[in-house]
Amino acid sequence: MTVTKPEDRRPPHDDAPVLEARDIVKRFTGVLALDHVSLSLRPGEVHALVGENGAGKSTLIKVITGVHRPDEGSVLLAGRPAGFAGPLDAQRAGVQAVHQEIGLVPDLSIARNLLLGREPRRALGLIDSRRMHETAARTLTSYGVRVDVRLPLRSLGVGAQQMVALARAVSVDARVVIMDEPTSSLEPREVDTLFGVIDRLRDQGIAVLYVSHRLDELYRICDGVTVLRDGRVVHQGALADLDRLRLVSLMLGRDVAKVRAEGVTRFSGAHEVSGEPVLEAHGLSSRYLLDDVSLTVRSGEVVGLGGLLGAGRTETAKAIAGALPLDAGRVTVAGLSVRRGSAGAAVRAGIALLPEDRKAEGIVPTLSVRDNIALAALPRLARAGVVSDARIDRIVDTFMKRLRIKATGPHQPVAELSGGNQQKVLLARWLATEPKVLLLDEPTRGIDVGAKAEVQALVDELAETGLGVLLISSDLEELVEGSDRVVVLKDGAVVGELTGDELTEEGVMTTIAQGVS
Amino acid sequence: MSEAAVALPRPAGARVLTWLQNYGVYAAIGVLIVVNIGITPHFLSMENLRTQLVQVAPIVIVSLGMALVIGTEGVDLSVGSVMALATALLPLYLGYGVGPAILVALLGGVAVGLVNGSLVAFVRVQPIVATLALFVGGRGLALVLAGGQLKDVHNAALLDLGSSSVVGVPLPVVVAGALTLLVAGVVRRTTFGRQLVAIGGNRTASVLSGLPVRRVLLLVYVLSGLLAAVAGVLATARLQASDPSSLGLLMELSAITAVVVGGTPLTGGRVRVLGTVAGALLIQLVRATLIKHDLPDSVAQMVQAVIILAAVYAARGGAGR
Repeated sequence: MTVTKPEDRRPPHDDAPVLEARDIVKRFTGVLALDHVSLSLRPGEVHALVGENGAGKSTLIKVITGVHRPDEGSVLLAGRPAGFAGPLDAQRAGVQAVHQEIGLVPDLSIARNLLLGREPRRALGLIDSRRMHETAARTLTSYGVRVDVRLPLRSLGVGAQQMVALARAVSVDARVVIMDEPTSSLEPREVDTLFGVIDRLRDQGIAVLYVSHRLDELYRICDGVTVLRDGRVVHQGALADLDRLRLVSLMLGRDVAKVRAEGVTRFSGAHEVSGEPVLEAHGLSSRYLLDDVSLTVRSGEVVGLGGLLGAGRTETAKAIAGALPLDAGRVTVAGLSVRRGSAGAAVRAGIALLPEDRKAEGIVPTLSVRDNIALAALPRLARAGVVSDARIDRIVDTFMKRLRIKATGPHQPVAELSGGNQQKVLLARWLATEPKVLLLDEPTRGIDVGAKAEVQALVDELAETGLGVLLISSDLEELVEGSDRVVVLKDGAVVGELTGDELTEEGVMTTIAQGVS
Repeated sequence: MSEAAVALPRPAGARVLTWLQNYGVYAAIGVLIVVNIGITPHFLSMENLRTQLVQVAPIVIVSLGMALVIGTEGVDLSVGSVMALATALLPLYLGYGVGPAILVALLGGVAVGLVNGSLVAFVRVQPIVATLALFVGGRGLALVLAGGQLKDVHNAALLDLGSSSVVGVPLPVVVAGALTLLVAGVVRRTTFGRQLVAIGGNRTASVLSGLPVRRVLLLVYVLSGLLAAVAGVLATARLQASDPSSLGLLMELSAITAVVVGGTPLTGGRVRVLGTVAGALLIQLVRATLIKHDLPDSVAQMVQAVIILAAVYAARGGAGR
């Protein structure tokens, strides 16, 4: 395995760009997803494309591969307008995208998958199996995958499947390969193999657009970088000229110099921390996702979880809430151990999770505001399995008033409410269960400014009543000001913890940039 | 662009559609009754009403269970086969008395429900596939148990179930009515009912909210099996014969139709118990009307298709969405 050092991996042919996106503008129902984004790839260049959620990375990839048609601007392949009609068209022209969700056929043999559509033929158009297997085995061996190519693809691990997808992409006369988070499910050894492959692509003059959040990998393999934020290019240039802290601050949209600005969030910051640990998580581990994560939340304390996208913040919250299968680890609430892998047990123990994806994991769209609020607390609002309407009405009324939920009434369908009010309904659902620990995953994302301030004030208020709160937020300002302590995650592991004076936005970014897991 | 149109308040057409969605099935029944009073001789006779209600009772009972299953975003294809299984089991145990025989028949339905429910809840097989197994296998088992023959039933106590009345109302109708009220109560007033609807509306959210999702799903399929077995027993009593090769044939489709026409979406998250009963009545009325006027059953089936399409159209909220 040889991975070349940065200094001697200048692109072999320093000529005209093979792929160019010029001034791309893309709107979705009025929302500007890409705002005059330009990007060019030279042959043999490995270019990093980075940015947080919603920055526009996937939209850009989709525009390049012809899934979306740009509203303005153009995509050029070798200097000529590409105008791909779709991914297939792009593939034929030599632009290959290898996605996270691997676009292969799990039940066909590995060899068939590798050569799908290009199988060696015999007379009468029949597939020449022997030749197909030989070719496939030879190709895969060169990618470090040694398997019986006659087996169905799904008998392989995710990493090996990804290698097959990559080998397939590269073997069809690729000129540009787009890799979207290629290492998210790879073992370290497989990552090395992948980087070896990327080095070979570089030598062959193939351009690679590499999307990832793993800083170490970016600095190991990429030459250039484009940082997207809110649909705009905020930085473009050689990666070697950009230090890690600066890259992190560009991604998160926080200017290192201006970071010590006065607070505008509604958090008061300091809470009366009683000192009694209410939530303790020990050694939470889950393959590819979490690596020995431990943390403690005390009664009355707000603990923030910091880190980039994909660092394992959501996974940590889900693991604590019993909604993520764990290989190892233990969770206790107020000293009592919680049965692993059971969301029901976690709820009964007093753990409440406000999920990141409100629509998919939170609200029940067919039900009313009232039924959504009562959902998790039903067992305690019922006697012998028969629910008491009076008790539900009372509790729903209490929380609708306390959280100032704006609805025409308790019977309005929850789907008709604004995002902020839906979020409050979900908070009410959990508060009705009288939890001891509140896990808030991006509680203010996608809600308007007014509701945001209300939710922030509410988090404060709840902590003051003695709840332990775990706060996940991609909004650094919110994270730093809302938390008494911030635990920083990177690649699924804890890399640092900040309290007191160290707890600044700069501190969090430095920890993310330099932390070693 | 259509952005502006989306933001506009719902036009009058949408309001009509919502009304149709909620009350269309009752309106259709009303219209059919009025039409029949006009054109069908003896439609309002006690005799005719009794016949219609007795015929629809098993469909109503099966549809109640189906409505619960569909409320969880599932479907139960095995209900017809459960009826066959129940009718096959009955004569085998009548020697021990009517009570034990009925009990065994009902337990047959529960057993099928347990298998379906376990596959759906624990193995996470798609409901349509899980229940397809016993849709095929259940009737096969019933035929094996019955020795592949139609058997006349002579047990007086059992036949009474099909022919006796409570203050003039035939017993099967009374049972169907009582079960309707019971299921409506379960859906509206019990933890189980509220959880069932939530699971159909958003399973992930239900899991994260700590609901006993698997237990609820299991119980839903058990109830569906049990209700289908009840329908099988009542139908056997009325027909005075045990015929596992034909009893309950296509019942799954009638029940699904009744549920959908009654306003319960196939995507789950909502259960309309009274609507389901109305859906069953509507289909029965259409069929009876056409047959009374000497139109073949095939025409009734086509009309049924039109009703289903209309219901699905209304449920989707019009063509544009």
